[in-house]
Amino acid sequence: MTQIDTLIADTTLTSRQAPPAPNGRWLGAYFGTPGNALITILCLGTIFTLAKLAIGWLFVDATFSGTPAECKATSGACWPFLSAKMRYIFFGFYPFEEQWRPLAAMLLFLGACLVSMVPKVWGRGLLIAWVAIILPTLYVLMAGGYFGLSVVPTTQWGGLPLSFMLSFIGLACALPLGIALALARASNLPAIRVLGVGFIEIVRGVPLISILFMATVMLPLFMPDGITIDKLIRAQVAIILFAAAYIAEIVRGGLQAVPKGQVEAGHSLGLHYWQIMRKIVLPQALKKVIPPLVSLFIGFFQDTTLVTIVGLLDFLDTVRTAMRDPQWQGIAVLEGYVFAAVVYFVFSALMGAYSRFLEQYFRTTHD
Amino acid sequence: MKRRILQLCATVAGVAVGLVAATTANAASTLETVKARGKLICGVSMSTPGFATADAKGHMQGFDVDVCRAVASAVFGDPEKVDFVLTNINTRFQALQSGEIDMLSRQTTHTFSREVSLGLDFGPTVFYDGQGLMVPKSLGVNSAKELTDAAICTLPGTTTAQNLSDFFRSIGGKFELVVFENPDENRNAFFSGRCEAISSDRSDLASIRAVANNPDDYVVLPETISKEPLAPSVRQNDSNWRDIVSWSVWMLMAAEERGITQANVDEMAKSEDPEIQRMLGVSEELGKMLNLDNKWGYNIIKGVGNYGEVFERNLGTKTALGLTRGPNTRWSEGGLLYAPPFR
Repeated sequence: MTQIDTLIADTTLTSRQAPPAPNGRWLGAYFGTPGNALITILCLGTIFTLAKLAIGWLFVDATFSGTPAECKATSGACWPFLSAKMRYIFFGFYPFEEQWRPLAAMLLFLGACLVSMVPKVWGRGLLIAWVAIILPTLYVLMAGGYFGLSVVPTTQWGGLPLSFMLSFIGLACALPLGIALALARASNLPAIRVLGVGFIEIVRGVPLISILFMATVMLPLFMPDGITIDKLIRAQVAIILFAAAYIAEIVRGGLQAVPKGQVEAGHSLGLHYWQIMRKIVLPQALKKVIPPLVSLFIGFFQDTTLVTIVGLLDFLDTVRTAMRDPQWQGIAVLEGYVFAAVVYFVFSALMGAYSRFLEQYFRTTHD
Repeated sequence: MKRRILQLCATVAGVAVGLVAATTANAASTLETVKARGKLICGVSMSTPGFATADAKGHMQGFDVDVCRAVASAVFGDPEKVDFVLTNINTRFQALQSGEIDMLSRQTTHTFSREVSLGLDFGPTVFYDGQGLMVPKSLGVNSAKELTDAAICTLPGTTTAQNLSDFFRSIGGKFELVVFENPDENRNAFFSGRCEAISSDRSDLASIRAVANNPDDYVVLPETISKEPLAPSVRQNDSNWRDIVSWSVWMLMAAEERGITQANVDEMAKSEDPEIQRMLGVSEELGKMLNLDNKWGYNIIKGVGNYGEVFERNLGTKTALGLTRGPNTRWSEGGLLYAPPFR
């Protein structure tokens, strides 16, 4: 074999330039030029004014204990409203003496979620534990009827447990359905593809409110006499179907990002469709779509507040209705919303943090 | 826009409800269903203080709630045997029609089109309300007719805006409508001077005025620009159940006429007055005729008190709302409450 010398590029190096001189790590960056200094001072001033207002309202001028009348006399926040209404805000109409049950259910649920977030415990065992132990326990705690627990109909459920149930259980059920829909839409079989596309486009083409409205208001009218499906279940199913359509499109994005060679490699190894999907394509596709998926989850966690439109008392609605107590009406207006915002923020931020953790965890070297 | 769509949905659903209701015969009577369930299910709203709100323990209280409790007392002898379902403007009638609730007690105005086309029957009016206007005293206006080109704050109601435009057209005036989705925003906009006037039902205006920093700075104008008879409603074509709801309400009113209260009902049961005897189930069998326990009337008054007690407890001058009885007082004192005789 003969050697061919080919000059690909000019091999002489241009002289290196020194990096721009650092003009001070903090001071220079913010006050380096008159323009920067002006912007910095304006921003600091705004932040300071807002912080002063917020701290004044939240703490300095606030009332921390006392009666509605004492609250009315001060200009700051009225925190006794929250402590007086706390149990109603969290649990709604759930019978007062039995409220340890939704509390226990919520703690069990959050605990189980925390444990399930650890990659080491993932596996078939975890899935079985959820389906066979955790979910039935949650149901028995909430609904009662066994082990001497009194029956509490779903019309009495409300507050945070209801929001958790609608959003997290809804999303957990929607995820497999969404993946199936994404596979259907990417399928080579026309009938399945048409079904998948049809479902996704119809559901995405309608606002969540109208789906909830149809499920809770119209559906019962078309049922035969004497057959009723629980309103909560109807809303839950509506949310699952709605979320599944959006999840499907996100997952489809991931599927398309997996190079075709991966599938072909699977074929040449003699794997059949499901093996290729389960072992090669889906793991890569899902890994790629973690950020948009989690962002959708956060969005849905907040969207479940829409169920108030069909008369379910979710967390935001218990906050809102608590403020209408004649004793507190007009006295505590912002406090409830601030509290709700904090609760929603905490859970959304946790989901965001977990998403970043997952991205790190799945970051493999060959990417 | 969202609200428009919802209202359209609600209207379409309402008409569908009417059609379905008109074509299906009732499978089981509501009373049997309620008795078999062991609890009444009552649709309420939680939008107005004094009518239906939850206390710190999540226990429901309010004027609308006590109407439900009166019916529960009539059926079960226990005012607590009732579950409350939240309804809103969009779902209230459908909830009733689909059988999700047994009765609706939710500040609903009794109107022709609702009763005739929505497949429901209204009971007696429990609260006579009407749309009014409130202005700051500093505006120096004594009558709604003096409001010219005023900005008026309202909530997006089905009829609130229409009543205003009807009224101002009739007096040849003009106004600007400022609509707020949320009652708190609406109130604060008025207090901060965004609007010259605020318009709502008079009971609602009273509660808005009650939470002002200085209620004396505001005055409710004398004009009542609409009639809003608020009444409970039930599904159409169940006469027995409608009778139970209607006569439970009239029992509250008649008890006040006769001076029967929660406290003295046991004593009054010994009364020689034949009508009181019939009401409390001492003589004759009025309760049996309703398929109820003969002590139904006694149970209602024992459970929630008479109309005056219910009013004063939830809306009256000693509460945060501070409403006076106004037209909601008995006929013998110039009011509109007039219960048919119990005989």
